[in-house]
Amino acid sequence: MTLSITVNGKRHQVDASPETPLLYVLRDDLGLNGAKYGCGLGQCGACTVQLDGKAIFSCITPVSAVGDRPVRTVEGLGTVDRMSPLQQAFRDEQAAQCGYCIAGMIMRAQALLDADPRPDEAKIRAHMQTNLCRCGTHMRILRAIRRVAGLPSDGAAA
Amino acid sequence: MNLDRRQLLAGGGLLVAFSMAGHGLAQLAGGGEGGAAPRPVRPDLPGSLKSNPVLDSWVHIAPDGRITVFSGKAELGQGIRTALLQVAAEELDVPPGAIDLVTADTARTPDEGLTAGSHSMQDGGTAIANACANVRMLLTRTAAKRWRAAADMLTTNGKAQVTAPDGRSLGYGALAADLSLHVEAIPNAPRRDPRHYRTLGHDLPRVDIPAKLTGGAAYVQDLRLPGMLHARVVRGPSYGTRLAKPQLDRARKMPGVVAVIENGRFTAVVAEKEWQAIQAMRVAQDSDYVRDLPLLPVAEGPHRLQKLPTREIQVLDTHDGAKPVWKTVRGSYSRPWYSHGSIGPSCAVALAKDGGLTLWSHSQGVFDMHRAVAELVGLPPEKVRCIHTPSAGCYGQNGADDVTAEAGLIAMALPGRPIRLQWMREQEFGWEPCGCGMVTRVEAAIGPDKRIAHWTYEVWSNSHNNRPVGAGGYAVAQEISPGFPAPPPKPIPMPEGDGDRNANPLYVFPNMDVRYHFVPEMPLRVSALRSLGAHLNVFTIESVLDELALAGGVDPLAFRLAHMQDARARAVMIEATNRFGWAKRPRGDGRRGCGMAFARYKNIGAYCAIAMEIEVERETGAITVHRVQAAVDAGQPASPDGIRNQVEGGILQSLSWATREAVTYDATRRTSFDWGSYPILRFEEVPGSVAVHVMDRPGDPFLGAGETAQGPTSAALANAIADATGARLRDMPLTPEVVKAAIGV
Repeated sequence: MTLSITVNGKRHQVDASPETPLLYVLRDDLGLNGAKYGCGLGQCGACTVQLDGKAIFSCITPVSAVGDRPVRTVEGLGTVDRMSPLQQAFRDEQAAQCGYCIAGMIMRAQALLDADPRPDEAKIRAHMQTNLCRCGTHMRILRAIRRVAGLPSDGAAA
Repeated sequence: MNLDRRQLLAGGGLLVAFSMAGHGLAQLAGGGEGGAAPRPVRPDLPGSLKSNPVLDSWVHIAPDGRITVFSGKAELGQGIRTALLQVAAEELDVPPGAIDLVTADTARTPDEGLTAGSHSMQDGGTAIANACANVRMLLTRTAAKRWRAAADMLTTNGKAQVTAPDGRSLGYGALAADLSLHVEAIPNAPRRDPRHYRTLGHDLPRVDIPAKLTGGAAYVQDLRLPGMLHARVVRGPSYGTRLAKPQLDRARKMPGVVAVIENGRFTAVVAEKEWQAIQAMRVAQDSDYVRDLPLLPVAEGPHRLQKLPTREIQVLDTHDGAKPVWKTVRGSYSRPWYSHGSIGPSCAVALAKDGGLTLWSHSQGVFDMHRAVAELVGLPPEKVRCIHTPSAGCYGQNGADDVTAEAGLIAMALPGRPIRLQWMREQEFGWEPCGCGMVTRVEAAIGPDKRIAHWTYEVWSNSHNNRPVGAGGYAVAQEISPGFPAPPPKPIPMPEGDGDRNANPLYVFPNMDVRYHFVPEMPLRVSALRSLGAHLNVFTIESVLDELALAGGVDPLAFRLAHMQDARARAVMIEATNRFGWAKRPRGDGRRGCGMAFARYKNIGAYCAIAMEIEVERETGAITVHRVQAAVDAGQPASPDGIRNQVEGGILQSLSWATREAVTYDATRRTSFDWGSYPILRFEEVPGSVAVHVMDRPGDPFLGAGETAQGPTSAALANAIADATGARLRDMPLTPEVVKAAIGV
């Protein structure tokens, strides 16, 4: 069936069965790479996007549940030439190894910073707890988020 | 060496001697893993130039000055693309942006064997450095000829130009037009002076990161070829099982299903859209399963290995005369089977067209793969092209090879349509080769002089190298009909070793008896996981050193230094502990404690010392790591920040292995199939701080650093727990339950 969703400020008509996870609509119908398949179970966060400003797991969110609420993916933050402050912070900290988790990390962290531009260290760690990184890039990811949150780089509050 | 000499060798007896001498070198191209890389034809050349000595297989310069560099090594998330680019830019003396780097493509790049074993900088980086130094030398000579000047009066300026003292300059593009690079390298082309490095040793931002931050097409998962179909394999819950009655007729009727592939017991569904393929797979898998292999060792865990037949390998047997014994320490150590735990399940794209097969794969061994898949699908190897395309970090042999072979089989059944196959999360956990469960046993003693008097060490392990070098190495090879038998497992010989990797201490101990009980029979499917056996061997050795130091009343750092003669090993231990503040560290008080550990990876790679401070919550056994300080000597660093990134990652991954990870199973199947049943370290559990100091070693040979932290980190943790609580924990994972039980709260 034809469904209508708004992604990164743009309205799209997609042909998908209503139970299709948003992840597959983003990747296969809209050709977006940012959200990744990691587990399909909402356990790893590689598929994280924002729905109405909140970080959600797109792998367990049926496209029919999206309705009129806006979806934002990492592609909606910035581009290689015009990165958002958080993307730029990830670049400055070289906060990626394989990078497969990173788009999800950025979208989850952005949701926190949108709601609370000055979170403390404990709040950042608790908020990021849902997202897995297997390369062990956590210390750099935390530094990148601190950079935008205006916290000292070493996370002295930890 | 010029072509004439090569021809002379090919016709003469010298060739035999050279290829014999080279055989051992060839085996070690990827840390001894995978198949033999191509035979060395020029053993006098450094790194991978030995087997690919002709310069134009490494470097091409177009008339417009655009430079292409070719490498057989693959980007696995370790940053090798950027490091190799830095090496090439430095030795060509051009800006990094002037170079296009082509990596690991069987149709385009030199065969450098596997990207594994921390060999990429040592072999691939060294080859590119010397190939580019050769090219810079030839460009300079060409300019000298054109200007009728002496070559040693000319220089390069970092901008892809040769310059003369009078200010004249010529671009590389113009010079290359007069120059054939279809010549063999010489072994001693002048390298750039480390004092004047423009790129090497500097923190060049990684070239692959911007796309990964912005949703660029960065992974094999992101390939979208015209007409591409999506496939899923239909399988039992884990390796060694099959579905009793897969519901294929029901799957065929599902929306979007294009084909159901059946070949022996291998079954896959193919659909127009990915979600349709997943739904069809779920329907098809609605079946009980049957186990075809021996039952899993539920009660014994890795100690099962000690009851299986072994092949005995004597690693060390030294006799220095009996020394008086004062105190003796005995212990058995173990680790469980681990999952690689890649965040992205394995994925490949395959296209059968015009009698050939093209594979886009994140395998570490595309060169082995194009031969092995050719055998599997019945094509000549030259008809199979394999292009490495990045994916989530693999840390060893995960499902990358299997999923590519399976995509290849599906594509051969549906020629003309690109096939994208991705494993599901539970298939990755269930079917990938695990990191080996292992057991060690030690008896060691100190004399009245507080020095080690004798050292007896045993390790039990399966092969860590079951990478497919022929069709039989893929799990699917035993499912299809007719199938291919799995090849017999083999250990990797020292100095690389596999189960015995780092079982030979770098320390100077007298009277050493080190044995590797190699166990061919594999209770679980296993292959390479980052650092292979070095993880448990270093964990064991460094734990025992602390036990002996405690018995002798000697500080753990002083005890190590007393047994270490290698100056670079001493230097990293001193650097890490100085930066940590070892002398003034808080002493174990029941809760807080500090530990250190050291290893040189394989005794031939990078040196790594770790010190850490932890706290144990006695009521729960939970461990908090407050701070970690590492020092690493990787020779000349290409990018110090690249090394820091790798070592930080290794530290966190090793902490995760040591504190919480274990593949679980019942008698018939693996039961860790998701992140709930296979938990790994999350943000609230990572250390308060991690600092990695990279030693400055200008111009020294590259030493692979990607795996160097795995052993020392787990060992430093166990030593810190022992310092904090008095409890020596020997069997990983050191979960809160284990810690709590050991401290008897």
